[in-house]
Order: sequence, then C-alpha cells, then structure tokens
Amino acid sequence: MIRFERVAKRYPNGREALVDLSLTVSAGEMVFLTGHSGAGKSTVLKLIALIDRATRGQVEVAGQSLAKLKRHQIPAYRQQIGIIFQDHKLLYDRPVWDNVALPLIISGVARKEMDKRVRSALDQVGLAGHEHNLPLELSTGEQQRVGIARAVVGKPPLLIADEPTGNLDPDLALDIMQLFKRFNAVGVTVVIASHDLHLIDQVGGRRIALASGRLAATDTTHTSPLSTPSIYAS
Amino acid sequence: MPRDTRSRRSRGWGNAITGYFERHAQTLVSSLGRLLSMPLATFLTMAVIGAALAIPGCIYVLVQNARSVSVAYTDALDLSVYLKAGASESQAHALSHQIGLRTDVASVRVVSASEGLKQFREWSGMGVALDALKDNPLPHAIIVKPRASQADPSVMLDVMQRELMAMPGVDQVSMDAAWVHRFLALLDALSRTLRILAILLAVAVLVVVGNTIRLDIDVRRPEIEVTKLVGGSDAFVRRPFLYGGLWYGLGGGLIAYAVVSAFILGLSGPIDRVAAAYGSHFVLHNLQGGAVLTLLLGGALLGWLGAYLSATWQLAQIEPSSEK
Repeated sequence: MIRFERVAKRYPNGREALVDLSLTVSAGEMVFLTGHSGAGKSTVLKLIALIDRATRGQVEVAGQSLAKLKRHQIPAYRQQIGIIFQDHKLLYDRPVWDNVALPLIISGVARKEMDKRVRSALDQVGLAGHEHNLPLELSTGEQQRVGIARAVVGKPPLLIADEPTGNLDPDLALDIMQLFKRFNAVGVTVVIASHDLHLIDQVGGRRIALASGRLAATDTTHTSPLSTPSIYAS
Repeated sequence: MPRDTRSRRSRGWGNAITGYFERHAQTLVSSLGRLLSMPLATFLTMAVIGAALAIPGCIYVLVQNARSVSVAYTDALDLSVYLKAGASESQAHALSHQIGLRTDVASVRVVSASEGLKQFREWSGMGVALDALKDNPLPHAIIVKPRASQADPSVMLDVMQRELMAMPGVDQVSMDAAWVHRFLALLDALSRTLRILAILLAVAVLVVVGNTIRLDIDVRRPEIEVTKLVGGSDAFVRRPFLYGGLWYGLGGGLIAYAVVSAFILGLSGPIDRVAAAYGSHFVLHNLQGGAVLTLLLGGALLGWLGAYLSATWQLAQIEPSSEK
C-alpha cells in the first residue's frame, strides 16, 4: 500500500527531516509511526498526503509514484485518503454536518446519498444527533471524532492520522484509538503518528520507530516487542 | 450491450449531470447568502462598481438621445438642386424624375423659375424692384427630400450632394448642413470618449472585484487549506468566489441602472422646457431593453472575470501549510 524507498526530505530552512528512509506498509495494516518530536513522523504523513514532496527517493502509495503526480492530480489523489490532524482542522463556522460532508460535496455525491453517509459516519464515531452543532459547542474529544468522521465518510482505503490523541485525556485517547482499530478491522489501512507508546501497547499494531529522520526500529507483529533495540528502550 | 447496463449507465450520467447543476446552484445561492450576511460591505463594493458602470451608462444615454435629435433634424433637411440658366422646365421635370428613382430619395418637387420668383416676391417684399426686371433671373429648381437612413446622416447627405452635383444640367446643390456636420462630429467624439472611458472603467471594476475577492480569500485561508487537504481542487475552491464576483457585478449593474435612471429623471424637466421653447416634443429616453441587458450582463461578466483572475492567482499560492 505504502512504500518509501531511500526517501530524504530537506526543508528550505536546511533541516533534514528524513534521511534515507525506507519502509513499507501493506494494505489492511494498522501501523504506528513512533519517535520523539522531530523524528520525522509528521513528515512521513505529509509526504503521503502530498502536503510536501520528497527531496530524494521514491514514495509510492497504492502502486502510484507520488513524484509523478502533477499538481492538478493531487486533489483526486487526496480524495482517496482520509487525513486526521491533532488540531482537527475543522471549519469552526460551519455545523458538524457541513464539516463531515465536505469530502462528499467535493466528490459531487448526490444530496440524498450524502445525507445517508454523513449520518452513518457520525453514528460510527458516536456523534449521531450532533449534526447541527457547531464544532466549538463540542468537547475536544468530540471535535476529534468529527475530524475522524470527515476522514472516513468518503470510505477511503487509507487513513493517516497525525497525533490524533495528542490533546486528549487517556480514556478519550483510547476511545479514539479503538475507533481506528474498528476501521482497520474492516480493511482500511491505518497509519498513525503517535509518541504515546503506552496507548499503542493498549491498542496493538505494528510500530515503525523513527529517530532523526531515520528508521530506528520496526516490528512485524502488533503484539511482539520491537525487533531491534528501540530508541525508547532506555 | 444489455439493456440493464445501458439503463444504469444513462442513469449514472443523469445523476452526474443533475449533481453538477445541483452543486452549482447550491454554490450560487450560498455565495449570495454569504454576501447578504455582510450587507454594508457588500453594498459598498456594489456601489463602487455601480458608480464605475454608471458613468459610461450616463454618457451612452446622452449620446443616444442626442443622436435621435440629430436624426430627426437630418430627416427635415432638404437639398435644393438649381439647374443651369437656360434649362427648360421639361428638362427640370425629366431630371426630377431621374432623381426620384434613387433609393436614398424620399420625394422630389420641381419649383419652376416663375413659381420661384412668385415665392420670392411674396417673401422678400421687393415686388416693385422685381417688376423692373425684364427677365426672370431665377433658374428652375428641384427640392429633394432624402430618405431616412441607418447610415451616418452627414456622410449620406455629403455623398448625395456630390452625386446630384455631377448630374447633367445641374448648376448648384445647396444644403444648410454645416451645423449637422459639427453636431455629428461632436457626437462621434463623445462616442469615442465613451468607448475609452468604458474600457478604463471596466478595468477599474476588475480591480475592485479582484481586490475584494483577494481580501475574502485571505480571510478564508484556513478554510481553503482544509478544503484542499480533503481533496478540493482549485476549481472547486474557486467556485464560490466566482459566483461572489458575479453577484457583485450584477449588483453593481443594477445600481448603475438606478443611477442612470435617476440621471435621466433629473434631466428630463429642464430638457422638456428647452424642447418646448423650440416647439419640439422631444422626450429624454432612458436605457432601452438591449442596453439594460448589456449593462447588467456586462457588470456580471466583469465581476466574474475580476473574481476569476484574482482567485486563480491567489489560490495557486495557497497550499496546505508545511514547514518552510
């Protein structure tokens, strides 16, 4: 599903976010990108979402080389991905329904079908009945759920989430992770950047540990410990 | 192809087309709603556009009214064709018949030398002096009334005068058309000024709308970034701004029409009094159907174009944020 081949990313300010990074995520997997702040987790997700482009190396998603995608092809590509952010990135002057429906409006889904799918997505994240609320009328956890509902409403085969539980208390964080687990259970590939190892242990999933833009460790099963000494071992 | 497949496919196309128009209709209405949610700012922008469109609108309506006056007076102009001395009255009738066959001539009338002298005697009050003359010094004349034409009347009359002058037996063709020439030249100059002014003010409208849309895009930058992140194309993001520009332009056109109407209303009293003083029934006319439509659609088109140029340039600069 996702393949990074010797990928490097250097930002205009000179910072090397990724150095010679190679990794693979298979279709249907649930993978956690872990590492300290600045390890390159968010950069990996930005490259997948084409918010940034790799300076060197090859990034492939669903067999498609992202380097070859032209600017006008990016919107159609992004419609195939559900993206979740730590800061939710909601439209705060629009009700929940409008926020969740946005990907469907962009795709041109008919109104009746849209209504059905928005209600279904809100139901899946436990927000049925909140369609007409403004995001600021909801708690932080609920706002994150709106972001998740927006990400899954288009039924994308790939979900990526950047620190989706960063602002949540442990119970809410676990709830959100269970949601991702449920989507993964129905075949959606999920890639989550998180530094909360305790939470990841509770949820289970393959870990890819990054350090200073390099692959530090990866494991093969979601229950086993990391296969190589982790930077977190100490 | 099986009938079911064909039917499903045609339903699919039908849904896509319906969905396309549905989305545009929704954006059209929602962009109007957004403008109405900030009525003062919207009205001020429309008022500036309206003022810019009203200036050429007022000049246009004045030129059109003045042209109608000139056409009315040109229609009243006659050409007097004087025959050479010694030409007989039957020659005058033959020539008048020949002139009457022209397509640009409405009517001809022969004024014989004796009839001319009789009229001159009555008008001039010089009967005794004229009695002293042994011969009638006046030639036979033909009064030619030109047919009303769509062509430039001053050019048409010039051409006719030259052609009549070239006919055998004609000594002189007179027409008091100098004032018509001057008046029409003035109108021509005004028309050219109008065209130049219209272009300059159209550019001003583009700048006004473009700048308004630029500010609007700046305010909505976070929303645009989110929309692009979830797969919104530039065209999708641009759409509400284009409809916004369209509404601004249309509103500006309506205000311009109101201003032109008020201008005509304000002028009609004094113009009526001037016309009455000259014994004329001239009435100042407002913009007519086609011109009103041009003003409204032109305004809408300029608004759309201003928004398109501004939004296309601006949106190309906005991408979901990244580390710099």
